[in-house]
Amino acid sequence: MADYPVRPGQFSSQEGSFGIKAEQRSGAMIVIPTGEIDLNASPILRQELKRVQTSRPQRLIVNLASVPYMDSSGVATLVEAMQIARKNSTRLVLCGMQDKVRSIFEIARLDTVFTIVPDVDGALSA
Amino acid sequence: MSNPLYLSGARELVAAVSKRLGFADEACGKIALAVDEALCNVIRHGYGRASNRPIWISIWPMVEKGDAGLGAAGPAADCADTLPSSLRIVIEDEARQVDPQVIRSRDLEEIRPGGLGVHIIKAVMDEVIYERREKVGMRLTMIKRRTTETDEGCGGVPFKECGGG
Repeated sequence: MADYPVRPGQFSSQEGSFGIKAEQRSGAMIVIPTGEIDLNASPILRQELKRVQTSRPQRLIVNLASVPYMDSSGVATLVEAMQIARKNSTRLVLCGMQDKVRSIFEIARLDTVFTIVPDVDGALSA
Repeated sequence: MSNPLYLSGARELVAAVSKRLGFADEACGKIALAVDEALCNVIRHGYGRASNRPIWISIWPMVEKGDAGLGAAGPAADCADTLPSSLRIVIEDEARQVDPQVIRSRDLEEIRPGGLGVHIIKAVMDEVIYERREKVGMRLTMIKRRTTETDEGCGGVPFKECGGG
């Protein structure tokens, strides 16, 4: 696992009420966005995911437990991350998804395309 | 204003008005999502991400007239104590005009980033109409019906105010 420049628990990017932190745990890179992911915030998430993925982690977990809302720009960002992950042979897992966020994945019929599990512990073994 | 910074405020406004007009929390969230997606489409495709262009949002509580169905619905102009049967949201811009027929969702079988906005709008709203405005820009009209099974209304407070405009 390559080093990531952000210390565990430290916000690597923050704008307004939206922020992202990243941490490593049990050999996986965990990205934790906090706040609503819309067209204003999704570029920040996209930048962070791209940066994390340059290290080609074996497992990338996006913990969405603190994301109460996501629109299609956020979904598109995660689809792009999934495509990069596939190229890099990285296992991408989404977890902690709130019902309102899950519904947009269902509407877009992407709930079966992503690996989605309830929590980080599940994502570490999924 | 076509700045993504204001999207959260627009969502909060629309959700609050929807709630006040008797829509359940889930429906309010869907209406706000549809407005968000519509605004995003204007910002990205209409204005090419220019952040200083105008967008107008109008919200109209609608009441059915007689038994003629939703097609005969009109604005709830008399502020009656009854909840509106539906909500009409109109989003207008000054972006370049396009043929409304070309505004459609992409094939969902194709897994790629983007292109989901129109599909989401049509999935969560009951009627969606794109049209050219008279001189410049586009107009999107979206209608959401209030269903008595799921929409309880104003948290127990009767609707007494005229929204919209």
